[in-house]
Amino acid sequence: MIVGKRDRVTLVFGHLFLCGFLLLVLFPFVMIISISFRQGNFALGSLIPEHPSLEHWKFVLGIPYADETGKMVKPASNVLLWFWNSIKVATLSSVLILLLSGTCAYAFARMKFLFKTKILNGLLLLQMFPMVLALVAIYSILDFVGRYVPALGLDTHPGLILCYLGGIAIHIWMIKGYFSTIPVSIEESAEMDGATPLQAFLSILLPMSLPVFAVVFILSFIGIIAEYPVASVVLQQSENWTLAVGANSFLYEQNYLWGKFAATAVLSGLPITTMFLLCQRFLISGLTSGSVKG
Amino acid sequence: MAGLGLALAAACLYGDFLIFMSGEIVLGVIFLAAITAAIVIYSCKRTYSYRYLFPGLVGFALFVLLPLGYTVYIAFTNYSAANLLSLRGVQEHFLQETYLKSDHRYAFTVHPETDGRFRILLEDEQASAKRYATDPVELRKSASREIEARVISPDGKAPEKSLSMREVVEKRSLLGNLAVTLPDGSAVTMTGLRRFAPRFPVWSLQENNILSNRVTGVTIHPDFETGFYVDDAGRRSGPGFRVEIGFRNFAVIASDPGVRGPFFRIFIWNISFAFLSVFLTFAVGMFLAALLEWKLLRGRKIYRTLLILPYAVPAFISILIFRGLFNANFGEINTVLSALFGIRPQWTSDPMLAKAMILIVNVWLGYPYMMILCTGLLQSISGDLYEASSVDGSGALTDFFKITLPLVFRPLKPLLVASFAFNFNNFLLIYLLTQGRPDMVGAATVAGETDLLVSYTFRVAFRDSAANFGYASAVAVIIFAIVGALAYMNLRLSSRTGKA
Repeated sequence: MIVGKRDRVTLVFGHLFLCGFLLLVLFPFVMIISISFRQGNFALGSLIPEHPSLEHWKFVLGIPYADETGKMVKPASNVLLWFWNSIKVATLSSVLILLLSGTCAYAFARMKFLFKTKILNGLLLLQMFPMVLALVAIYSILDFVGRYVPALGLDTHPGLILCYLGGIAIHIWMIKGYFSTIPVSIEESAEMDGATPLQAFLSILLPMSLPVFAVVFILSFIGIIAEYPVASVVLQQSENWTLAVGANSFLYEQNYLWGKFAATAVLSGLPITTMFLLCQRFLISGLTSGSVKG
Repeated sequence: MAGLGLALAAACLYGDFLIFMSGEIVLGVIFLAAITAAIVIYSCKRTYSYRYLFPGLVGFALFVLLPLGYTVYIAFTNYSAANLLSLRGVQEHFLQETYLKSDHRYAFTVHPETDGRFRILLEDEQASAKRYATDPVELRKSASREIEARVISPDGKAPEKSLSMREVVEKRSLLGNLAVTLPDGSAVTMTGLRRFAPRFPVWSLQENNILSNRVTGVTIHPDFETGFYVDDAGRRSGPGFRVEIGFRNFAVIASDPGVRGPFFRIFIWNISFAFLSVFLTFAVGMFLAALLEWKLLRGRKIYRTLLILPYAVPAFISILIFRGLFNANFGEINTVLSALFGIRPQWTSDPMLAKAMILIVNVWLGYPYMMILCTGLLQSISGDLYEASSVDGSGALTDFFKITLPLVFRPLKPLLVASFAFNFNNFLLIYLLTQGRPDMVGAATVAGETDLLVSYTFRVAFRDSAANFGYASAVAVIIFAIVGALAYMNLRLSSRTGKA
């Protein structure tokens, strides 16, 4: 390709602009990694800490460390517990959401029934209402349930998982879209051979749709890990918190633990971000196809 | 299979029975309808396709529809910290009040048994010959509260070991839970560290929910207008209960100046925030997408991956990182700014700067999504159009505004409306970044300069000591109306682009 002189100048500007923009975009990430290795919670300093210290990392990972007086201290940190709570809640909720939305999507894609499009549109429409607004109601419903079944009440993980099970509309929509790309003839021929609709669903459609289930699982998993308002109201004791609720507790004005927060943020952000980037191509096509094709 | 279904149905019906027994009739009817529907759907051949729909739809109904509907209902009640309980709960509260009737007192001693339980000995102070002893009881939180005491012979020897005063003090709350019934039928409870005395309920419940005071003879009746018990002179007593108050929560927004002013300021900021967020993220995202489509630019793949990074990191982490970086005193952003320009902007206490900070962070968070969408659309525009226009001698800018933008904008419209709706309710950003602060001066409820309606609702309900759930739900209903309008618009737009 022939590159003109004018183009070459613009190219240089393009690269300069992009690099400058990237510098601004990546600044917070670089800073937070640097801060997690600084001493103390208020330390200022250069990008590469002059006195790198692992105190925050040791705190977050629960490794004993020496304090100012040289005594070994076992940190009273819940970070790993929160991490585990988040993974537990997100995994269980996502599995249940897959079950609920997968079966629904099958009905929407393959069966005929009254008000089919109306129900689907209604689901999508109602899902646009933010759950934060219904928190008062969710709180009192869980309070009520907890009086009879304590394991499903306030301040329990099963209770929180129940709250997340309503968020299925967009997932139904995505899975249904994928089902419609698989020709019906395969299932029909199975049914000719005597398979029931359930068998056709379980042994033919499901194995062929694994990619979309993986995408929906990861999307719902990431969404639930990052969910803050419902978790912050439902979960009360700090041992029950999820990462999103716990991370916020480091930055209270009375108790500002910037360094410890930094280590927590890097620790929890890395796996999720890596997961997202690895599956980027599928996730983005899933995200946009559902909406753009309409 | 059928047996399992029957067992499940029976369990559900029993659960529903419990709901009815607790007095929640409406909820019970809803559940009964759901259980009946389940039984019909899973036993009838004709409703086969609903077997697949049912679990998902029930989940949706329980955790989306029910909370939404219940929120609308709460908006028409006075549910708040002052009116927390139901009428029955308030009555129970009154009926638990007791008073000491006579000056009859019983001195007590506590005697440990070998098995870790305790026996309580009571001695009538007027007639020391009368002594009573209880059976051994466990002093734990969950231990039964009512126990009986028998008469013991006056000259019987008291057990050797008894608890010292210090031990009694340690166990006083557990002892205070006990109600000892004496042989003559009167119940005595602990009134001090040395004595038990008979207690009687102060209030008795009469017809029409009227409570009458046994000591003073005063009667109080529930006032269903305000949700409090009042006496004949109209003086309130006791905690309030929930009542339906019609449109009063909405009327407050329209009439009370301490609420109306802040509400409309929040509303205006909410709309400008959502509009600016969509506009800015779209502008930045579109520009980057267009730039990265430029074939001559090398390393586009690396640029793209790095530019998507803000989207890949969970939002709650990046927002909290920004909260720390923007901290006016020891945040890194002010450190850099003061080193370069010698300024230290007060990002968190100045309303305008706080709003600017929110927009900066939101553009950072939101441009990758727009960039991804625009990239997809740009790649679908055929190159012929640009070739034709370059034959006509038009420049890059004309191309962009006359060809690219209109072509991209059309299919994007529903997504931009969805993005507007999302930002209109962007609770996470506001709550984690500023919590709505700085607070507005002269507002009757908690209200911040940077609050959106959603975060305002959340703070009124959960972070304010008045916990005005009714008012918060009324604001929520208003937001529902706005979101509903946006959702309808979105549906119209996407169905039109879908047909085109």
